[in-house]
Amino acid sequence: MALLELRNITRRFGDFVAVDDVSLSIEAGEFFTLLGPSGCGKTTLLRMIAGFDLPDAGQILLDGKDVAHTPPEKRPIHTVFQSYALFPHMTVSQNVAFPLKMAGKGPEDISRLVREALNDVHLGEKANHFPHELSGGQKQRVALARGLVNRPRLLLLDEPLGALDAKLREEMQLELIELQKEVGVTFVFVTHSQAEALALSHRIAVMNRGRVEQMDEPSKIYGFPRNRFVADFIGNINMYEAEVKEAAAGQLRLQVAGMGEVSAPSAEGAGTGGQGAFAIRPEQIRIASREETSPLKNHFPGKVHDFLYTGDVTTYIVDLDAGAQIEALLPNSAPGRAKFFEVGDRVAVEWRHDAGVFLGD
Amino acid sequence: MTSRADAARAHGLTRWLVSTPPFVFLLLFFAIPSLIMVVASFRFPGEFGGLAPLVPTRPGEEAGLTAENYEVFFGDWVYFQIFLKSFGVAGITTLICLVMAYPVAMLIARSPKRHRDLMVLLVILPFASNFLVRVYAWMIILGPMDLLFSRFAVLLSMVYVHLPFMILPLYTNLEKHDPALLDAAQDLGANGWERFWRVTFPLSLPGIFSGSALVFIPVLGMFAIPEILGGKDDWLVGNMIKESFLGTRDWPFGSMLSIMLTLCVLGVAAMAAWLAARGVKRA
Amino acid sequence: MRRLALVIEVVAIAILFASVFAGAARYPLMGGATALLAGAAFLGWRSPRRSMPGFWLWYLSLLVYAFLYLPLAIVVVFSFNNSKLNAEWVGFTLDWYHRLMGNADMLQAAGNSVLIALTAAAMATILGTMAGIAIHRYKSRVLPGMVFTPVAMPEILLGVSLLVFFLNTAKPALASVGVEFDLGLATVIIAHITFCIGFVAIIVRARLAGMDESIFEAARDLGASPWQTFRLVTLPLILPGVIAGALMAFTLSIDDFVITFFTSGLGTKTLPLEIYTMIKTAVTPEVNAVSTLLMLLTLAMIVIAGRVAPEVLRGKE
Repeated sequence: MALLELRNITRRFGDFVAVDDVSLSIEAGEFFTLLGPSGCGKTTLLRMIAGFDLPDAGQILLDGKDVAHTPPEKRPIHTVFQSYALFPHMTVSQNVAFPLKMAGKGPEDISRLVREALNDVHLGEKANHFPHELSGGQKQRVALARGLVNRPRLLLLDEPLGALDAKLREEMQLELIELQKEVGVTFVFVTHSQAEALALSHRIAVMNRGRVEQMDEPSKIYGFPRNRFVADFIGNINMYEAEVKEAAAGQLRLQVAGMGEVSAPSAEGAGTGGQGAFAIRPEQIRIASREETSPLKNHFPGKVHDFLYTGDVTTYIVDLDAGAQIEALLPNSAPGRAKFFEVGDRVAVEWRHDAGVFLGD
Repeated sequence: MTSRADAARAHGLTRWLVSTPPFVFLLLFFAIPSLIMVVASFRFPGEFGGLAPLVPTRPGEEAGLTAENYEVFFGDWVYFQIFLKSFGVAGITTLICLVMAYPVAMLIARSPKRHRDLMVLLVILPFASNFLVRVYAWMIILGPMDLLFSRFAVLLSMVYVHLPFMILPLYTNLEKHDPALLDAAQDLGANGWERFWRVTFPLSLPGIFSGSALVFIPVLGMFAIPEILGGKDDWLVGNMIKESFLGTRDWPFGSMLSIMLTLCVLGVAAMAAWLAARGVKRA
Repeated sequence: MRRLALVIEVVAIAILFASVFAGAARYPLMGGATALLAGAAFLGWRSPRRSMPGFWLWYLSLLVYAFLYLPLAIVVVFSFNNSKLNAEWVGFTLDWYHRLMGNADMLQAAGNSVLIALTAAAMATILGTMAGIAIHRYKSRVLPGMVFTPVAMPEILLGVSLLVFFLNTAKPALASVGVEFDLGLATVIIAHITFCIGFVAIIVRARLAGMDESIFEAARDLGASPWQTFRLVTLPLILPGVIAGALMAFTLSIDDFVITFFTSGLGTKTLPLEIYTMIKTAVTPEVNAVSTLLMLLTLAMIVIAGRVAPEVLRGKE
């Protein structure tokens, strides 16, 4: 049985539908992420799970029991708020002890559990400090310790890394993964950063305008996006209008605007004449000088328009002879790397016939 | 969904518990007395002062409602003049307070953070002294100089008593100004005066309006200062009201004057709010 | 150079202060002080700007601060003056303070003032805190109007309407059920509570507005019932505001003149009313003495309030 199950959850604010018939289930012990742009409904969903909002329709089942009638303080679910929400008039220890006190634990248990929790987040020496004396990253950890100390069934995290600078954010991401593994509590994480979601999660639910567009493991979401939104939102991708010329066994022959004929792996429900988009990741594309011959079917000539050198990789923007513009990503220190291209060089781009996806409309 | 209704009901109960006591108290001792005064302004004065009953208790007694108080007011130029004088005094007081408050507010806003609280405290402390004491102080100073019981004394005292009310809102506003704006103005060629007039002053308008309202409105209702420091000539609306209630004991007339004063105050407050909103849009 | 100008200004102000006590020498001293002020201004104008760019702000502000404080200082100094007239400094004496202590009327008035202030402040704090919380959390539409209007209106209006209410409505109504009622301590206390509620509510609400809302949600999220949340989180956090509000209410009540004037009736005297009577009838430096003591008291209250909740010092809108 899934730990948390959402069935047909809908929430409206007047005419605006914030959450539109969302169903999903979360397994115990997993790091689950709700990912989407602002306004997609992920925070609203989180608040309903925590109990601060009630759905207009649908059920929320925790361990199989409907918790809609349970107020937040009675749900075994804790939240790490975006602003951390540490109690300014209590020390770090007192903050972390708070849920234990509410649960009625005795003083020895409390001091032991608080100490362990602070050690888990490497903040043992700050036990008697007040929140205003801590840095952003430290406050974050106190919020985590406080949310985990009495091992709730579920820990909800509402964009907790949003206020941190880039380097600190990366460090905290690693720590979060470690922490979740160690403690074993199920995390439900909300973020608008797709890179963060890919890095941290066991499974991701990509949301847009109140609906779940795709729910899967990160690699599947990245490699096999199910529609235009997911393809565009996750990572970088090249996308072009396409029409199915022929749908044979395992293969599609597409007519792609500005490019020509492209071979792509077959997609669900794509039949001859179907309209949609062809999408391919920049790192799946190979660039070679025009003269080289190639066995690959998807092979198009063009000219280098511009490139972006970022130390570890270079992104080449190529104007195809047929009209479209395509981005290709090449690592700068791959062994056997043919050459570095300049603006204006005549090149050819190519990719395998099973790379890329067709997204039917 | 029932649970939403449950949650709303529990929420509503707390709301009732918290809101009701102050509400009831103020209803009883503020709202209702105000309404009674409105009605009182339409009644006859009692035989021995106060209010005449609504229903005659003796034959031939004046009772019931009448508009005669308002008729007297609008009929005689004298009352309008006193209102005008009060507005005048309030206006001049406000202006002088503004001119005096601005340098202080600016100084505090530009001082280093750690000094500011102290400087603000120094502004508030005189306010902590009793209002009458502050008036009495000027009696001592002006007495030997023969300046007592004059318009000058009244104005001086009015300014003195209300100055902190202008300084504080002005300071609160000025403190929020972004110093980079002045740097930008200077960078683009504005000199000291231009920077003040074109950047600081317009941005401070909301503060000016709040402060002005906090000075203008109390001055309108003042009676103690004109009474203690002014001559017979310097009577303002407040004096007339006081005289009606405690002197001639013509309560309906006093109530009518109070209603007229209330309307003026509401008018000024509404205008200040409108100006403040407009100033914000412009800035 | 500009600093020198400011020093000259301060000296001029000191001379101006002293001139009040100088009797016949008053006018020459004032003349001299004015000349020095002009000189300081001239010096500041002529000196290079670099030496102190904020000169004019300081020059003008010092004058305004002096304007605020000198009159009060004069009251205090004359309270130690060995002369019945507040005209010229004769000699130091504590006579007036002694007479104050023996003045039965004054002592009773002082007692009344304190009693009224304590009662009114306590009730106003409770009701005002509730009002502040209600206004902040429940976005009510009627309550803010009723709470804040008494603060914004000229005091005379509140005083007069309560006078009419007490004598014309409450008195007969209570008389009809056999309760004798007249203006006195109770009516003054009620009147004070009415206008103090608004001040406390403003302070408490300002304090709530400055806090991170998610803290209260966090408390419930971590298992606290609404009552526990209020007791363990809300109350401690607004407490400084509540205390400051209580101190403000106490100060306002002790100092109040206008409202007390209309609602006290004939028998009840408070300190400000006593001062008023003395000013209008027989002015002796006893007034100075009682004023000085009153000033010290309210000064202490405000300093403590400012320490406890700095928001009191800001945004009195």
